[in-house]
Amino acid sequence: MPRIDRREVAAIFVGGALGTLLRAGLAEAFPHPATAWPWPTFAVNVVAAFLLGYFVTRLQERLPLSSYRRPLLGTGLCGGLSTFSTMQVEILKMIDAHAWDLAIGYAAASVVAGFAAIYLATAFVRRVRVLR
Amino acid sequence: MTMLLWAGVILIGGAGSVVRFVADGMVASAVGRDFPFGTLAVNVSGAVILGLLTGLALGHDQALLAGTAAVGSYTTFSTWMFETDRLAEERQYRKAAANVIVSLVLGVAAAALGRLIGVHL
Repeated sequence: MPRIDRREVAAIFVGGALGTLLRAGLAEAFPHPATAWPWPTFAVNVVAAFLLGYFVTRLQERLPLSSYRRPLLGTGLCGGLSTFSTMQVEILKMIDAHAWDLAIGYAAASVVAGFAAIYLATAFVRRVRVLR
Repeated sequence: MTMLLWAGVILIGGAGSVVRFVADGMVASAVGRDFPFGTLAVNVSGAVILGLLTGLALGHDQALLAGTAAVGSYTTFSTWMFETDRLAEERQYRKAAANVIVSLVLGVAAAALGRLIGVHL
């Protein structure tokens, strides 16, 4: 069992609480039938991927070492904002409805857009000079 | 009641994120960090639980708290993609591809298994 840093845990809790509130609020505001494109989940996942790529690259390669920014913004906010389990259950329900094209399209689009978001955010941070 | 419900979403979301951090760290320190097993374990176990909750056919508020808030914050899409990108960056293309395919296949299978259990509970 690794040693637990209380302030690190507190940072993850705060970031995760905020990310979850945003994701849950969006999901409640835009309900969709099982065979429609799950825009709320798709949007939070791609946005969270972009933000995570931006935050982590910047914190690791551009900014002075900080103990609590990554847990707050990365593990907490982006982790809480994005979700894997909801995406899998959405795919399962598409398969139930024999909406194979939608299931495959949604899975593929999420992975391609999520990966591209991380890649672009990383490239963007590395291209911009450090401004202090 | 609505205020209380959203306060629950916030608190449970924070807690789910902390549980993910601890579980990821425990799995990674147990089996090594050559492959992102920690995130895989968190995501697949979360898919089983959310599948199970789906099978239980909970009411709206319970589903929001236990499913969207708790399991939703416990699992992560962003870290999964981040680790895939960093594997590709290190030219470990097979591991990067395996991370995507294994997560998706196990994730949907786990959700189906969980739901099967939930329906029979």
